[in-house]
Amino acid sequence: MEITLTHYLVLSTVLFSIGLIGVMRRKNLLMLFFATEILLNSVNVALVAISHYYGDFTGQMFAFFIIAIAASEVAVGLGLLVLWFKRYNTIDLDNMTSMKG
Amino acid sequence: MFEAAAFYLFAFLTIAMFWITVTTKHSLYALTALAAGMIFISAFFFILEADFMGVVQIIVYSGAVMALYAFGMMFFDTTRELHEKRVNSSLVFGLSGMAALIIVVMVSAPIIGGNIEAHYPILEGVGNSQQIGMVLFTKYLVPFEVAAVMLLVAMIAGIIMAGRKMDESYSELSEEEINTKNAEGIA
Repeated sequence: MEITLTHYLVLSTVLFSIGLIGVMRRKNLLMLFFATEILLNSVNVALVAISHYYGDFTGQMFAFFIIAIAASEVAVGLGLLVLWFKRYNTIDLDNMTSMKG
Repeated sequence: MFEAAAFYLFAFLTIAMFWITVTTKHSLYALTALAAGMIFISAFFFILEADFMGVVQIIVYSGAVMALYAFGMMFFDTTRELHEKRVNSSLVFGLSGMAALIIVVMVSAPIIGGNIEAHYPILEGVGNSQQIGMVLFTKYLVPFEVAAVMLLVAMIAGIIMAGRKMDESYSELSEEEINTKNAEGIA
């Protein structure tokens, strides 16, 4: 029973779907951030698996930079979130309709 | 055999943890399940002989990102139950499935093509971290520096945005003073 690249790609797809479901049904912005972390992680798994099965380092490098981007996204996103919460006392998506026409 | 057992075990655990993260009604459960899922993800990296990525995953995600989320959650009311958007759920699942299918096609397209050549081949007998360092500091030096600048910008942005008015302690103010301050802030 050999684990092949397809196994990892299927796993990555399943995790990506879970993240997408989270993005679509969450109303709390913090929970939305958690779902985006799941999306980024599922892509990382796929990249590292491809890197392993093709004997190429490029996939691991990309995963490394994705982690760096995820870290800075969290820093900026949480800063904005704290700012929004201080002002409006809620982080529900449905209240962010100030740009409604 | 060991590899297969480890893969299925960690696949099950990761999917279960992330499923809890997106479905639970308590944000603290979501945070804990996400942290556990991140650690289980690093197990895949160790199975795939990407030791450096596994360690970075544990340090950055389970260490830094989760700590940041935990500190961020102290600002918000986490005891309240979360309310979900009740949209057409079959639409949601259909759209997720379609998007995931597109991802599979995108990722598997080069496999069907089959004529991939390794740009930076993984060498036998050389440690993973050593090779990562060699590739990172020669071929990917400019992206590495740009990522460093990006992290610096993110850090300054986070400090400026979240740290505004940190010199006023709300716990020492009376209820009326807080209300007037909030009213000023909104206006």
